[in-house]
Formats: sequence, C-alpha cells, structure tokens
Amino acid sequence: MGTKLLRRSALLALVAAMAIIAAACGNNGTTSGGGGGSPSAPLKVALVAPSATNDLAFTQSMSDALNALKETENLDIAVSDNLFVVDDAASAIRTYASQGYDLVIAHGSQFGGSVEQIAPDFPDVSFAWGTAGDTFGLTNVYAYQAASDQGGYVQGVLAAGLTKSKVIGVVGPIEVGDAKLYVDGFKAGVEATDPSISVKVNYTGSFSDVGLAAEAARSFVAAKADVMTGSAQMVVGAVGVAKTNDVAWFGTQANQTSLAPSVVVASQVYHWEVVLKQVIDGINAGSLGGQTYTIDLENGGEVIEYNSDHGLPADVKAAGDAAIEGIKSGSIQTGVKE
Amino acid sequence: MRQFFTLAVLTATVASGIRLATPFLLASLGETIGQRSGVLNLGVDGIMLLGAFGAYYTALHAQNLWLAVLLGALVGALMGLITAVVSVTMKAEQGISGIGVFLFGLGLSDLLFQKFVGTPLPIDTLPTARVPLLASIPTIGKMLFQANLMVYVAFLLVPAVAFVLNRTTYGTNIKAVGENPAAADSVGVNVARVRYSTIIIGSSLAGLAGATLAIQLGIFQQNLTQGQGFIAVALVYFGAWRPSGVMAGSLLYGMVAAIVLTWKTLGIIPQSASDLAAMAPAVLTVVALVVVARRFRQPAALAKPYERGG
Repeated sequence: MGTKLLRRSALLALVAAMAIIAAACGNNGTTSGGGGGSPSAPLKVALVAPSATNDLAFTQSMSDALNALKETENLDIAVSDNLFVVDDAASAIRTYASQGYDLVIAHGSQFGGSVEQIAPDFPDVSFAWGTAGDTFGLTNVYAYQAASDQGGYVQGVLAAGLTKSKVIGVVGPIEVGDAKLYVDGFKAGVEATDPSISVKVNYTGSFSDVGLAAEAARSFVAAKADVMTGSAQMVVGAVGVAKTNDVAWFGTQANQTSLAPSVVVASQVYHWEVVLKQVIDGINAGSLGGQTYTIDLENGGEVIEYNSDHGLPADVKAAGDAAIEGIKSGSIQTGVKE
Repeated sequence: MRQFFTLAVLTATVASGIRLATPFLLASLGETIGQRSGVLNLGVDGIMLLGAFGAYYTALHAQNLWLAVLLGALVGALMGLITAVVSVTMKAEQGISGIGVFLFGLGLSDLLFQKFVGTPLPIDTLPTARVPLLASIPTIGKMLFQANLMVYVAFLLVPAVAFVLNRTTYGTNIKAVGENPAAADSVGVNVARVRYSTIIIGSSLAGLAGATLAIQLGIFQQNLTQGQGFIAVALVYFGAWRPSGVMAGSLLYGMVAAIVLTWKTLGIIPQSASDLAAMAPAVLTVVALVVVARRFRQPAALAKPYERGG
C-alpha cells in the first residue's frame, strides 16, 4: 500500500511539474542588451505585457517601440509577455523592480492596481503603465495613453468612402480604454462623412476570444457589411472572415496587412516610442513619474499606414489624408470623450 | 427585434450556432465515451489546444487541411495515451491529473507556437460543402446543409457513438466498466484495456475538436480554445452521459452564443449591456445543467481508479 501511495505521489508530482514547466515555458522572459552609443551604463527597462510580443496588436506595438528606441538609446531591455493573469504580471513587476530595473512598463490597463500597490515599495524605480491617464498621485509612476479616436476617425472617413452597401461592422473586445476610443472615433469619422451609413458595433466581451470575434464578423457579413474594423488581439479571427468574404478591413494598434494583404486597407499603428522617449528623458533628468503622456497623430505616436497593394481609390485616400491634417491642425475634433 | 426575425438573419444565426457548437460537440462526445467507462478527463481543453496547434502548423506548412485534421486527431490520441497511463496504470487522482494535462497543453501549445510560428499567419479555412439535393431546400438547406465537412462529421458521430455505446459488446463493456469495474473484471472484461481505449478515442475527438476550431478560424493564437474544453466536460453532465443529450447541450450553447452575437450586431442588445450578454451562454448552460443533470445519475465508478481486489 505504501509503495502504491509513493508511486501515486511521485506521479502527481511529475504531472504537476510537467504542467508548471510547460506553462512557464509558454511565456517568454527575454533580455536584450542596449545598442546605443552612450558610454554610460544602460538604462534597464522591463516590459510586462499580457499577450505575445508578436500579436500584431497591443503588445507588439510596445515591443516594437522598445526595439526602435534601442537604436538611439542605451537600453538594457527585458520582456515578460503572455502574462494575461494579473497576479502573474504583478509578480513579474515586483521582481523586476526588486532586481534594480530603472523602468518597469506594465503594459495593460488591467495592471493599474498592481502598479499602484507595488510602486510605493520601490521609490527609486520608475513605473509606466497604460493605456491610462492616472498616475495615482505617485511621483514614480508615469501613465501613457493613445488618442486612438483620432486614427479611428480617419479610418472611419476612409471606410465611409469605400462602402457600397452602407453597412460597416466593428468588432470590439470590451467597451473600455483605447479600444472604446478607437471604436467611437471610427463611428464619428463615418458619421461625419455620410450619416446615412449604418455602423454596427459588436463588443464580444473578450480581448482574446478569436472564435467569438470571427462569429461577430460573420454576423456583420450576414448583415451585408462590406467594410469592417476591430480592435485588440482577438481580431485575427475577424480578419480571416473579412479575407474569406472579400470585405475591406481596417486595423489598429499594429500593421495587420500581413494577415490578409488582399483586404486590409490601412492600419492605425501605435508608435509608443514617442511617449517612451519622454519617459526616459524624464528619468535621465531625475523625474521618475507623475506625468501622463499621450500618443496622437500630431506627435507622430499614431500613424496611418496604408496597404499599397489594396488599390484604395485616390479620392478616398485624399479624404483620409485631409482628415489627418485636419486633426493635426485642430480644425477637426473627433468629439469623442473618454 | 423585428429585424432579427427575417429569413436571412435567422438563417445566418442558426448556421453560426451550429458552427459554434461543433467543437463542443466533438469534445463532449469524446468525454462522454471516457466518462461512461469511469474516467473523468479534465485535460480536454489542453488536448484541444495541442490538437489545434498540430492542425494549424500542418496546414501552414503542408497546405493540406485533411492532413491537418488527421494530425489534430493523432495529437489528441497521443495525449490520450499519456492521460491513460496517468489515470489507469498509475491510478492518479483524475481531477488533479486532468488539470495537469490541461496546463501542460496550454503551455506547450503556446511554447510551440512562439518557437515555430511567432507572428500569427493565416491558413486556409475549410470550404463549405453542400449536401447534394438537401442544400437546395429553401432556408433549411442554407441553415443545415451548407456547412464545412467537420460540422457533418461531428453530427454524424452522434448516432455512431450512440450505436457503439448501446448496440455493441464494446459499448456494453464500456458501461459495465464505468458502473461496476469489479463485476466487469470478474466476468473477464479487461478494465484497463477498455479504459485505455476510451481515453484514447475520447482524446482523439478532443484533438479533432481543436483542429476543427483552428481550421474553421484559419488562425492559431495562445489559448485559442478559451476554456471550451471545460464547457465540453460540463455538457457531458448536461447531456446525462448520452450522445443525443450532449448534442442538445452543444447546440443550446452554440445557439445562445450566436443569438447574443447577432442581437449585439443588430443593436437589440445595447452596447452598455454587451459584457453582461456575453455571459448568457454560460449562465444558461449552468442553469440548464442544474435542472437537467440532477435527474440523472452519473456512472457509479466515475473518477474512481480501479484496483483489482481494492
């Protein structure tokens, strides 16, 4: 009996170990050295993110920004991605802070509570989190956000110029943060161009359920939509439906052309390096936080990247470009409030 | 609401519900076979994830969707073999070891995806297969007989599994082992062999469910299943361990999800209630589970490792 018990215990331990190893392997903890020309010690930056660094959406936008900044700044970068469980992310944030990292980026509005709890324990470490506008009154916390309504508005103008059926579908995750801003901006852009167009919005209730996003897109196709857009990492499923049904698609957060070159018209691409540069400059000047920074079309933190292979009509593109310039100059307001 | 009750919208919604129900049905049929033999496999979701990745990776590189489907099932069978070794030979506590298998599948599928694929790349999706004659029936044809082939496979498996369980010696042995393994053993039924076979067959169907999900969507992503395997286990209880009941549960879940999605698209459910509505399929299924499942008794030896003379 004792032998059996021992055997079962050993087996359970083996299964548990197997599971833990595999689960741990699932998220990448990687570091990469700085490439800048400064002879001084590199700034140690850690990124904690909820999805993969190649998700063609939210996390990739920040990962790409850090890699771009490394070209000009002396950075030592560590990344822990796929930390969609907030407790796991909080553990990673605390670990990086305790290991002497100068800046810990908690990339996800769901990590705000963790940052608020952890930051006071490490007054010499700078934290940045977003997308959000709240630094919790802490002097070592930066917040960053995206005026995604601006790019949404421009793509709404483009979409309104493209639709023939006058039905446009929008797949959203949860009605919060930059996803909500983007969707509302997109609707405002369509409305401003042609109020007779019906914009149908479907928030699936999940940032990651690819299947639901795909079915939401199919419901738009059934409702005769000939243009669609969507925000967050689960839209890869919806892009597939757009491709299959030859429905034009507008991306956001990262360039989604590679998912479906035949239907992706344009993508609003985030360049977080604009706000990261401000944060790093602040740290180098001795300020560890207390500020909120925003990327937008004007400061180059948001860029509309067209798919050159799509064949967007010149007049539609001209209307989009005019909207970009109008927003930059302030002559166009999206009218979207958070 | 009137806009929902148009032929085109109703047809698309029913087709969507059936499509959404298909992975649930495949996985829960497999779980039904296992549970009827007394084995609770909570690792279904992890096996689905590995099956989905196997199918996705095969489709990506071999550009052959049927090979992809086959590989998804084979990956499931392999995971079934591992599960059987743990549950039957080693007699591990099935709930805990199942969660271990789930976590293993979740982590390994993501690890393999990150190492061998990285940035999500689309694959071809299964084309629509029209059933001759039936597909031409107005409305019904478009609802039921213009789907991808895996949908037909899943629904045809329902009578097939019911036949095996109720009309064959093998099915009788499965049920005997699930109700009273000692008695089955005493009349010469090899309990371990029966349970090995049911776990492997059930896990193959879980792998097939994952493969179906991946090739219906044309993409793979971390945690693609979003816990569908756990819903599939719950649907077995909902279906009272009968293939037809499991089918009813899968359809209920798929249809409610499809209706909620359509209502949100049509603006019948306001955006402010969107998140609440997203919970509807799970809530309704749990309520139905409580109402329906309490009337039926689970296999007496479910989740109990068998030890001769023990």
